[in-house]
Amino acid sequence: MHQRAFARDDTYIKWQLALGFAALFLGILMGLFQGLDRMGIDLYKYVGLKSYYQGLTIHGVLNVLVFTTAFNGAFLPYVTMRALKRPMALKGGTAIAFWLMLVGVLLATWKILDNSSTVLFTFYPPLQGHPLFYLGLVLVVVSSWVTFLNILLTTRAWKQDHPGEALPLQAFISLVTYIMWFIASMGVATEVLVLILPWSLGIVEKTDPQLARTLFWLTGHPIVYFWLLPAYVSWYTMLPKQVGGKILSDPLVRLVFILFLLLSTPVGFHHQYTDPGVPPGWKAMHALLTFSVFFPSMITAYSVVASLEIGGRKAGGKGLFGWIWKLPWGDPAVTAQLLAGLGFFLGGVSGLINASYNINMVIHNTAFVPGHFHLTVGTAVTLTAMGIMYWLLPALTGKKLWGRGLALANVWLWFIGVMIFSRGQMAGGLEGMPRRTWMATATYLPLMETWDIPNKMTAIGGTLMFLGGMAFFAVMVGTLLFSRERVKVEMPAAEAIIGPEKGSPLFTKRLDVWTVVAVVLILIAYVPYLVNYLGDAAFVATGQRVW
Amino acid sequence: MPIERSERLFINLSIVMLVLFFIAVLTSAFIGGLQVPAPAGTIDPAAVNQTPPFDNPGLRELVPGKRYEVVMIAQTWAFIPGEIRVPAGSEVTFRITSRDVIHGFEITGKNANVMLIPGQISLVKVKFDEPGEHYIICHEYCGVGHQTMFAKIIVEPAPQAAK
Repeated sequence: MHQRAFARDDTYIKWQLALGFAALFLGILMGLFQGLDRMGIDLYKYVGLKSYYQGLTIHGVLNVLVFTTAFNGAFLPYVTMRALKRPMALKGGTAIAFWLMLVGVLLATWKILDNSSTVLFTFYPPLQGHPLFYLGLVLVVVSSWVTFLNILLTTRAWKQDHPGEALPLQAFISLVTYIMWFIASMGVATEVLVLILPWSLGIVEKTDPQLARTLFWLTGHPIVYFWLLPAYVSWYTMLPKQVGGKILSDPLVRLVFILFLLLSTPVGFHHQYTDPGVPPGWKAMHALLTFSVFFPSMITAYSVVASLEIGGRKAGGKGLFGWIWKLPWGDPAVTAQLLAGLGFFLGGVSGLINASYNINMVIHNTAFVPGHFHLTVGTAVTLTAMGIMYWLLPALTGKKLWGRGLALANVWLWFIGVMIFSRGQMAGGLEGMPRRTWMATATYLPLMETWDIPNKMTAIGGTLMFLGGMAFFAVMVGTLLFSRERVKVEMPAAEAIIGPEKGSPLFTKRLDVWTVVAVVLILIAYVPYLVNYLGDAAFVATGQRVW
Repeated sequence: MPIERSERLFINLSIVMLVLFFIAVLTSAFIGGLQVPAPAGTIDPAAVNQTPPFDNPGLRELVPGKRYEVVMIAQTWAFIPGEIRVPAGSEVTFRITSRDVIHGFEITGKNANVMLIPGQISLVKVKFDEPGEHYIICHEYCGVGHQTMFAKIIVEPAPQAAK
């Protein structure tokens, strides 16, 4: 009955998804190029790309800046509308978000393809890209702000119609995800608008690379939770339904998301443990907060597995592990998420190594780091998004999913691929192999022998991931073109054993309080450092184009 | 908030684990001396050639056979000096800065790892106990020749007289 009211927003949700997955397609294609480069096979020259690094800029920008932001900008409004049973409140909001995203992506991609902005997705000054590259990225972020405003207004409108009630869980955690992101995005917004854009336009001659890095990482860590939390929305509230289980506790899920709101952002210095311009005391403080933000993920590991166990036992699973085999492994939407979760376990453990202050010096900027994050954003997030599409595409189009076997091949190829890929990268990293380096043309020859097996594992694993990715796109295109059977699919929403009424209203209703606490924590974690740093800032670097 | 007993146990154990890990890491850093890099001053990258000690990059002997200092400049795409020879058993302090873009500094087989950021001076101390070869690798993307940027450290057997 709501389908018609949702149609206006759904149109742009579909376009936003199409844009996001088109970005992912190109991003994954560059991943294949990078993998084969490790075997000395150069595909760049055949497609007119100047270097490995130009391809790597496409890979990073389109995968983790565009795909994730576009997917979230489609998925979470979709979830919010269904959870609240009302269309988005901001008239034309989903349309504006889509158009901003589209123009932003086109600008940024254009400036990467003409090789004027081969600065990688971290765009550290004094590397200086074209102003339109940065402007494109600004529009992508502004699009996410429009989505935030839209979700905020929609939940507000719902509250006015339901005074005193707690916001339904799925809408609540979607909103928390965007509040967290909006606050966290201020770092990179300041970096680009205040430091980089005027500098790349030539209005200002010199900039401070250390300050730019600090502002970048103020956003650069919480952004990984912006990527991850939509997967958590699915694992917590949808996956239990898909396997016949239940959510353990509604208030506990809310608490976990509130912890992410508080702790995702004041942790950026753990990406800068080896920066010369940050005193060790500040690094240690951020290390403590980074260990704290590991805690809500520990709760998640327990809660999600327990929800799965309920489903597996209901299906007849016996014994300590027998329930695992009774889960619906034949359903690609489920298997994608189960394997994503398994990958995330390893991603989390390796992440704790990265976060461990002085231990970080063993692996900082080595291949260990991409080994880690291809398990997190590259698998936990991406494989979950693919799994979500296996019900969301039928839900949005009314067409039955085409090619279930191909979908299962997607999931398993990706998982086996990333296991080989990440194992190779981590082994290489521990042997000192640097990350994001054009290995095929590297000149440290004796080391290349040490890194031979890691490089081959990277190539083989990466190729399997690519094939898995292509299977996914085949299923998407096949469903759109060849599926004749009509189906009516609803968004999965699991019941909670312990409902919201059992939780303290402080955790189920008072997001305003937690937002203030989150901002205060960020101010404590950054402002004294920044004030002190700015007293002796080093605005000394002119722009460099060295590619 | 009502939480199941086994989950409560799991939550408590998680907290204990994280606290223990954190204490272990901080003890090794602040008491054991395995510390992360600290600020070592600022510099104008355009004036590196005129600013001591970077006007004279290279190896200096502080205590023969024991303590050395290397003043090093990173630029696209080389470290200056590109080769260093020290005797086994020596402790070497690297004082490094970048002339152009952000570079990285890691020594294979050692825990030395620091960013080289234009405007900042980086400081790393490394002990070389065994004779052999190490590579200093730039581990931050610094342009299209990044993969050719490295330097060599040759650790020579300690002369018998010094022992």
